[in-house]
Amino acid sequence: MTKFTLSRRSLLKSAAAGLVTAPVFGIERAAAAGLTIGIIYVGPRDDYGWNQAHAVAAKALKLVPGVTVVEEENVPETIAVQKTMESMIQLDGAKLIFATSFGYFDPHMVEMAKKFPQVEFRHAIGLWQKDKHPSNAGSYYAYLHQAHYVDGIAAGLSTKTGKLGFIAAKPISSVLSNINAFAMGVRKVNPTATVQVIFTGDWALPVREAEAANALADSGCDVLTCHVDSPKVVVETAEKRGVKSCGHNASQASLAPKGFITGAEYKWETVYKYFADLLAKGQKLPNFERGGYDKDYVQNTAFGAGATEEAKKAAAAAIADLKANKPYVSGPLKDNKGVEVLAAGKVVDNYDVFLETTNYLVEGVVGSMT
Amino acid sequence: MSDDPFFTVAVAMFAGAIRVSTPFLFVSLGECLTEKSGRINLGLEGTLVFGAMSAYAISYLSGSPWLGVAAAGCSGAVFGALHGFICKLPKVNDIAIGIALMLFGSGLAFFFGKSFIQPTAPRLSAIDFGFLTSNPQMKVALQINPLFFVGLVAALALWWALRNTRFGLVVRMTGDSAATARAMGTSVDLVRFLATTIGGFSAGIGGAFLSLYYPGSWNEGLSSGQGLMAVALVIFSRWNPIACVAAALLFGAAGALGPALQSVGISQGYHFFNAAPHILTLAIMIASTSPKRSLKGAPGELSITK
Repeated sequence: MTKFTLSRRSLLKSAAAGLVTAPVFGIERAAAAGLTIGIIYVGPRDDYGWNQAHAVAAKALKLVPGVTVVEEENVPETIAVQKTMESMIQLDGAKLIFATSFGYFDPHMVEMAKKFPQVEFRHAIGLWQKDKHPSNAGSYYAYLHQAHYVDGIAAGLSTKTGKLGFIAAKPISSVLSNINAFAMGVRKVNPTATVQVIFTGDWALPVREAEAANALADSGCDVLTCHVDSPKVVVETAEKRGVKSCGHNASQASLAPKGFITGAEYKWETVYKYFADLLAKGQKLPNFERGGYDKDYVQNTAFGAGATEEAKKAAAAAIADLKANKPYVSGPLKDNKGVEVLAAGKVVDNYDVFLETTNYLVEGVVGSMT
Repeated sequence: MSDDPFFTVAVAMFAGAIRVSTPFLFVSLGECLTEKSGRINLGLEGTLVFGAMSAYAISYLSGSPWLGVAAAGCSGAVFGALHGFICKLPKVNDIAIGIALMLFGSGLAFFFGKSFIQPTAPRLSAIDFGFLTSNPQMKVALQINPLFFVGLVAALALWWALRNTRFGLVVRMTGDSAATARAMGTSVDLVRFLATTIGGFSAGIGGAFLSLYYPGSWNEGLSSGQGLMAVALVIFSRWNPIACVAAALLFGAAGALGPALQSVGISQGYHFFNAAPHILTLAIMIASTSPKRSLKGAPGELSITK
């Protein structure tokens, strides 16, 4: 241990020095900084899921010289987020706001963008439209559905009963596109399999998520996956019930040593790193940033014990195709009520907005959105 | 597995009643005792959350889930004692203190709980009654946590004690008329302090069940208002511990309805089914109250019924 002594005189000296220099440093830093970034999370920053994925990746922004980051967690998707944004702008002097939850956008972020035209707003889900929304707002999004599609392929080759379960929070486009991609993956390799979906109604309801996982296991599903903020409960409950599971958002492999197949993970660090580089160069962030496997914005968790050899092979092949940006959605495609959503012969490009404006469940998904 | 959807839903509701009811039961039993002594402790939601956090943390650090349960009970007792102590100061409103403690308990739990969201702690194990049946779904439903039985026994004991013992008489007297209790030489403050402390202990145990058994993980959305609902259950069950058991089971079963129906393919209107417990409460409350008389069994000193 190093000895640390502090005499009264040296304490007084350093305190006096601090008093003199602190304001000077303050001014200097503020002048160099120029940019304060506000980041808003809907849940705790360490939830083993969505919010954590953002918070960990957003650290890249803090490393940019001169940039100050202010964060607020547990901000509900209500008028509260407007107050948070306003205080970040007025009190902390934020010039760039990252709003990381779906419900923050309309009307809250849109209102704030109109009110503060000199501040840039970016929303982490694809709702911003060029001709509809303010030009100082924008969105960035990673195509997690590509990774869910890979999950589906691995799951479709790892199921025995041909019944798979998907526990989803809310029937919104980003969730629906994940459910659909999972189902398309499953049915590509296992055409008769079905995906049973349960909507819990909100992003974090651990008791209901556990009930849903048990109900699905009871009704004969032998692979479960989910789109909720924190998939820990679902994956652990699946493991307890002796059924297999696929993860979501971040790696949950260690929670299910027996039944884990693979999982869909964001690589927000690539996105935020890209943003950080732009900011360091003094450039403006794009209003519309998208990417999937091709840009290294998403990935799949390393295969667990639940994945069969066949599943691993097929999933690896699918990943290689996605990395080369080969389209994976093509017609004919029907929704689960039998209505055609894509005509035969049509091929959908991976960057087509068709894939993120999903408002239906594809054929093979058992469940309803309302 | 069975293909009969009615059977699947029935089993899910039965299993849900047992799995989900335990925290409701412990919180409502604790609140029942507190309210019988003439105070309302709305802070039990915060106690439940803090209990869940401390149980998970202690279980993770010590490796023993039952030590976690004990820690949850003790921390709950501390919160109860705090409520009891503050409320005995002059001109203090127990409901306001309860709300303050609810926020304080949750906030403190979130603060200390940050580092325990990711680790996996040893969980409580269940007693397996699966040998009673050959049906695989029922086998799973019959894995019952010992705390459930502890709750049942506690409810019976509380019911019996409130009716038949001197302790019960003193609690009820304090709750019905503080003046009478003082005339009899009983310290009203002491009785209420102890009743609130024991109530907090019980709510803490309820929290331990949440984080250590079902759903069996600590995170900040864990309780999502169950502590508050359990307080409402007490009024709903007319301050009767046995009725608390029934109410908790009913709530558990109703909560399982939404996911169970969706799992068998009845998914239209799932928002409605997910809200089943709340709709049920409203319906029963409306059906069973009357503007012409006060609630039967309500302690006379309770600030909401006075």
